[in-house]
Amino acid sequence: MKLTEMTELAQWAMQYALKTGADQSAVSISRPRTIEVEFRSGRIEKLKESTIRTLGISIYADQRYSSHSTSDLSKDSLKKFIAEAIRSTKYLDKDKFRSLPEPKYYPKKSDTDLKIYDSGYENITTAERVKIAAEIESAATAQSDRIISATSWYSDERFEKVLLHSNGFSGEHRAGSFSAGAMVTVRGDNNARPEAWFHAETRFRKDLPRPEQIGKEAAARALRRIGQAKIESGRYDMLVENRIAGRLISTLIKAMKGRALQQKSSYLEAMLGKKIASDKLTVIDDPTIEKGLGSRLFDGEGLTAHKRTVIEAGVLKSYYIDNYYGKKLGTEPTSGSVSNLVLDNGSLSLEEMVKSAKKAILVTGLLGGNFNSTTGDFSYGISGSLIENGERVKPVSAMNISGNAKQLWHSLAELGNDPYVYSSWRCPSMLFEKVSFSGI
Amino acid sequence: MTDRISRREFLRQSSKSVVAAVAAPYLLKPSRAAAQTIAEPQSAKLADYYRHFGVDEKLIRRTISDALSRGGDYCDLFFEHRLTNEARLEDNKVNQAKSGIRMGVGIRVLKADQTGYAFTEQLTAESMAAAARTAADIANSSKNVEPVQLKLHNCPNYYPVKTPWQQVSIDSKIPLLTKLNNRIFALDSRVIKSNIWFMDQTALVLIATSEGRIAFDYRPFLSLGASCAAEQEHRRERSFAGFSARAGFESITPERIDRIANEAVRRTTVLFDAVKPQGGQMDVVLGGGSCGILLHEAIGHGMEADFNRKQISIYADKINKSVAPDFVSIVDDGTNLNLPGSLNIDDEGNDTAKTYLVENGVLKNYLQDKISAAYYKVKPTGNGRRQSYRFAPLPRMRNTYMLPGPHKKDEIIKSVKKGLYAEMIGNGEVQIGAGDFSFYLKLGYLIEDGKLTRPVKDVNLIGNGPEVLENITMVADDLKMAEPGGICGKWGQRVPISSGLPTVKASKITVGGTS
Repeated sequence: MKLTEMTELAQWAMQYALKTGADQSAVSISRPRTIEVEFRSGRIEKLKESTIRTLGISIYADQRYSSHSTSDLSKDSLKKFIAEAIRSTKYLDKDKFRSLPEPKYYPKKSDTDLKIYDSGYENITTAERVKIAAEIESAATAQSDRIISATSWYSDERFEKVLLHSNGFSGEHRAGSFSAGAMVTVRGDNNARPEAWFHAETRFRKDLPRPEQIGKEAAARALRRIGQAKIESGRYDMLVENRIAGRLISTLIKAMKGRALQQKSSYLEAMLGKKIASDKLTVIDDPTIEKGLGSRLFDGEGLTAHKRTVIEAGVLKSYYIDNYYGKKLGTEPTSGSVSNLVLDNGSLSLEEMVKSAKKAILVTGLLGGNFNSTTGDFSYGISGSLIENGERVKPVSAMNISGNAKQLWHSLAELGNDPYVYSSWRCPSMLFEKVSFSGI
Repeated sequence: MTDRISRREFLRQSSKSVVAAVAAPYLLKPSRAAAQTIAEPQSAKLADYYRHFGVDEKLIRRTISDALSRGGDYCDLFFEHRLTNEARLEDNKVNQAKSGIRMGVGIRVLKADQTGYAFTEQLTAESMAAAARTAADIANSSKNVEPVQLKLHNCPNYYPVKTPWQQVSIDSKIPLLTKLNNRIFALDSRVIKSNIWFMDQTALVLIATSEGRIAFDYRPFLSLGASCAAEQEHRRERSFAGFSARAGFESITPERIDRIANEAVRRTTVLFDAVKPQGGQMDVVLGGGSCGILLHEAIGHGMEADFNRKQISIYADKINKSVAPDFVSIVDDGTNLNLPGSLNIDDEGNDTAKTYLVENGVLKNYLQDKISAAYYKVKPTGNGRRQSYRFAPLPRMRNTYMLPGPHKKDEIIKSVKKGLYAEMIGNGEVQIGAGDFSFYLKLGYLIEDGKLTRPVKDVNLIGNGPEVLENITMVADDLKMAEPGGICGKWGQRVPISSGLPTVKASKITVGGTS
């Protein structure tokens, strides 16, 4: 099925919905194709190929709303599926806020190329995929005779989607991604077998780190865990590695969503224009970055994607408001979902931040934990290293950090110069002052 | 309010002729294939499943031959048709419904412990042949495979259903959501928001293996939950309660609805008095029910056979060794009546069982899938599970719980001078090799001089699996399963599970908090 055929089928489904009783309708058809290789002990562990086709349809009928999806794309099945969807919608309660976005929020036709599809994808052979995974595994295994097991993986995906709205939006989206990584387990002390991983994801194949580098990095991280233990509870300065920092940023983002605000489950309600973090924190949502993992021309609701400042020098500038909650809150929609997050970076690398720390805990891994968006309370399990006088003196693990996001973000003292490029949330490493750690 | 209810009553009465739930009814023969209560020969039901998926024995046998044509040792086909319906209530309106249909077949080929996997969502001979050839490529020789003879494997029914979801239309679900919502607001004037969700699911699966086994299963599921926000003197709190089961419409009784409402409101409003505890290592009394997540993380994952055959679990090489006091027995059970993790047959076509992980303090059995059972040369334990036909199976838990012990809840709490009582756990995670596991406390109480005192909330708890098991000092006789069940994730695959626990006294657990 070509993209044009996907659009035609979506058009047909939308017309059928309008004919059978919908006032408005949105139809999407998505088709991700993924090939995955897992490699272990010198051979392929798993080879998997998948192509999925899903049609999703939203029905708006007489101020009632429902959404449905199916993997069965034959027209006969779709007719019954849509008729049933409309019939069931009629039983729901009326809600005057249920309607498609106003067309003024839809993008104009654009030929902007966000460079999110690497056409080289089409030429990759399975043998090449296997070779990458094999090289990662052998590089990891070669690092130490303490390595018990190294599992490596490589996968790539082509994602295509068409989206149509009955009030005038139509969009096509095509993107690709390449991922590779490894999980390494090493023989530790007292029968412990510490593990660590490294994983990278990029839009273009050539931007992936070399396989050897991935394997070495995963192994080095696992070897650094040997001897890890919890240490004394107390308040420590906390250095958070870039790849973990996104989990902390989510304590801001989750509370900025329209639904959380309208449903009274956000500690950031009525905080627009107010200081919620230290001056160091500036966060920009930027869907326009070339090769960005979250780059897009329109969001899942057809809203035009544009660059905007979310937090500026600690002041909350904008929320994540989707179409429905925008109407319910009586405010403009901004987009309900994150595209790429870009922070104002600092000047030091993580290693330089470590060097300049007198006493701190460097957090490189998280273990469980959660965050309460209503109150701002958070608590996460962590692992990492104790830093004294600029040196990693001891691996620590199985400790908890706890606090409230309202205070945590005011204690942000420094950001690194190392935005994490393997995620759409490009957080640099961060230094927070005096965080509660519990251990022994 | 009365207006609304009477309008719904009207709709309900006038809709008797409308065919059932969102998107389901055009399925072939759902009432026969689905409700296994009808007395008829199993072979007739197998014919229903063939018809349902539009396949026959010949096509299945040919697909298996194609899949093994490159020299694979073993192949299985997993056909699945899954219908999901959801309804949501927010701001006193049932203003959102969802439905989903997924149908396809997953084809897996094994060459020793190597897996080739492909699936198709078009159940035609050509698509199935193409997927079989893709999966076949894990092996790299060629051979001619004679079609296997398929023999029907019968299985018991651990999830009897009176009213299958295909017979329940959305208009009969809506009043339940409204009733639950009304009850929540009626219970406490501090409640400012209430959110209700309701999900039901019906899955039909048909499994055929190159060893000649064919089996089918009808899998019902439901999940009903409520979350509410309350306000008191500018302080806001939110909590939730829920229920899930492999059961039909009959399981949602008025008592069940009352209980969810009562619990959601109680768990929310008690938080107004909650404090953050002083962080550190202390004795923790785990309350019965949702604290069962402790077992899931502390030992369950570590006992999944794939992690042990790869030597990356802290429990590798510990079979038949003593890991806990002799009054501790822990099982993973697929055979409990109507529980979320129960399975009549696992996703590889193997019978499920009650599997002892720990029996009287001694480590006994790993949780096996096909690949691992062959490695260990043991019978599969029926733990091969997958999220759907889009995934290859892995060893996974079902319902994991500790058997009742010799102590009493009161005596356990009395025995603690200073510690924590955990009542409600939200989520957990484990590092298999290090053995460190964590679980997030939504609600608990401080224990001071043998008594429960102030409520505590929103702190993470961490322990080391083997260390915590070894240091269990008391187990009560009050085993309870976690009512909301749970969803377990592993390598990107999510499956429903359940866990349970009697009241247990553990130590060496690090409680998050102030310092």
